[in-house]
Amino acid sequence: MMPNTQKNASRLTVHLVCLLIGIVSLYPLVWMVASSLKESSQVFVSAHSLIPTSWDFGSYISGWRGFAGITFGTFFKNTVIIVCSVVAGTLVSCSLIAYGFARIPFRLKGFWFATVMLTLLLPGQIVQIPQYIIFYKIGWVNTFLPLIVPAFFGSAFFIFLLLQFIRTIPYELDEAAKIDGCSRFGIFYRVILPLIKPALVTAAIFEFYWAWDNFFGALIYLGRPQLYTLSVALRLFADPSSGTDWSAMFAMATLSLIPPILVFFIFQRYIVEGISTTGLKG
Amino acid sequence: MTQKAVRAGYENGTGYLFILPWIIGFTAFTLIPFVALFYFAFTDYDLLSSPGWVGLDNFIRMFTVDEKFLTSLKVTFFYVLTAIPLRLIFALFIAMLLNMKIRFVGLYRTAFYIPSIIGGSVAVAVMWGQLFGLNGAVNGIIGLFTGTSPNTSWIANPDTALWTLILMAVWQFGSPMIIFLAGLKNIPDSYYEAAVVDGANGFHRFVKITLPLLTPVILFNLVMQIIGGFMTFTQGLIITSGGPLDRTLFYQLYVYRQGFEFLDMGYAAALSCFLLLIVAVLTALVFKSSSAWVHYESKG
Repeated sequence: MMPNTQKNASRLTVHLVCLLIGIVSLYPLVWMVASSLKESSQVFVSAHSLIPTSWDFGSYISGWRGFAGITFGTFFKNTVIIVCSVVAGTLVSCSLIAYGFARIPFRLKGFWFATVMLTLLLPGQIVQIPQYIIFYKIGWVNTFLPLIVPAFFGSAFFIFLLLQFIRTIPYELDEAAKIDGCSRFGIFYRVILPLIKPALVTAAIFEFYWAWDNFFGALIYLGRPQLYTLSVALRLFADPSSGTDWSAMFAMATLSLIPPILVFFIFQRYIVEGISTTGLKG
Repeated sequence: MTQKAVRAGYENGTGYLFILPWIIGFTAFTLIPFVALFYFAFTDYDLLSSPGWVGLDNFIRMFTVDEKFLTSLKVTFFYVLTAIPLRLIFALFIAMLLNMKIRFVGLYRTAFYIPSIIGGSVAVAVMWGQLFGLNGAVNGIIGLFTGTSPNTSWIANPDTALWTLILMAVWQFGSPMIIFLAGLKNIPDSYYEAAVVDGANGFHRFVKITLPLLTPVILFNLVMQIIGGFMTFTQGLIITSGGPLDRTLFYQLYVYRQGFEFLDMGYAAALSCFLLLIVAVLTALVFKSSSAWVHYESKG
């Protein structure tokens, strides 16, 4: 359709534009890693430069020491405990609930399903104040419980995701298993669960991201440094009033981003497919 | 429906057993807090003494004496109305570039998407603040090109602080980009080929084919992003703490201050109620207007 030279020229332009945007996309992150390797006094001298004059891993050691006698080891451990519990709870509860809605006929199903759809549209932040008051009254503030327990009772978003996936599985498989003497739970566990594995992986990845990034919840519920997650610890670490050691700060920020980026590279296929097919927000 | 008829009868026991976690969770973590929200909105409550009924006082305070409430409302609306359209337009533009069947698409997509996966974290917020600080890399780069680096911090300057955060939102264009890309892939090549035969140029093809066929995807993105935009919190707290001069006092940040810094839970609840109203009205408006601009292809 187009003359070849013109086509090549337009392709080159596209590549140049993509390259430029790619650089702008990644520059801030590379800058952060580079700054973590600079000496603290050098971070903001010729700040734009991406190559440290001398490679210095000292900031990783001094940063790891953390504050108030608590190392980043503790903050990492707390984050991992919360994130793993949340992901496990979400997968178990949401797959059971989604199966119930997708396959079992029961009274008032329409009503209960409507509550899922309404919760889906209601931003969780709206009810944060009364939720906090309730958790405060039952003595859960300053424990991990407010961050973990709700995940074990289903999340509207992932119920919907898994439900859509279960609906694509032919009913005949359930029927065949039933004839073979499988109970409802048997059908769920032996037939459905293995078949929805891709959807479970997608759900696990996104719940991992949200739980890893969760700042507001950790901020309001975790008031003691021993309980801090990475996000709350990093915020205090960067407190402008206390003369921040910026290269140590960037070192710990870099470490905190390694797990999400690693998960991204390992599961990229699931992530791209998950977003494309369900419109998940990353 | 036929399934139901064939299976003759409900399995109430098993059904409720499977969805029991949802019933408990919905009641405990959504329904009760939701009802409580409306109760607390009409009280004066500091968490320590018992709540006292004050009628409409909290709402009257919002609209008569509380200037910060109006400021935060303005800031949030400005942010949502600029950041979300800019992010979506940019995402669509990039998605169209990547849809041109060029090489290295996977590589570009990865590079463009990485800011989105980590963008909500505190680590990135802290980094962004330093990037645009007085001695940050942005001023350094400007100095490199112009000879003198600006002597101002982008986040401390009341005129640029909010724009710095808007830029951060646009920088995270990755997830709408991937959704758009999937939408673009669903448009059959034959449509474009037919248009070329009819003599349509690139602009016409975009306006008459691409845009109409993408409108369902655009609608979905718009609703999700608007709701998300009103919930903006982390950036405002970490990068600018609502300043300078309250120019980045996001609504949720203001709710947090009232609730957790001033322990004025009743007022914070009233603010949340009003936010719910805003989000509900906006979502309804978008959906209502959609019949005029969203194009659904008839399945056939």
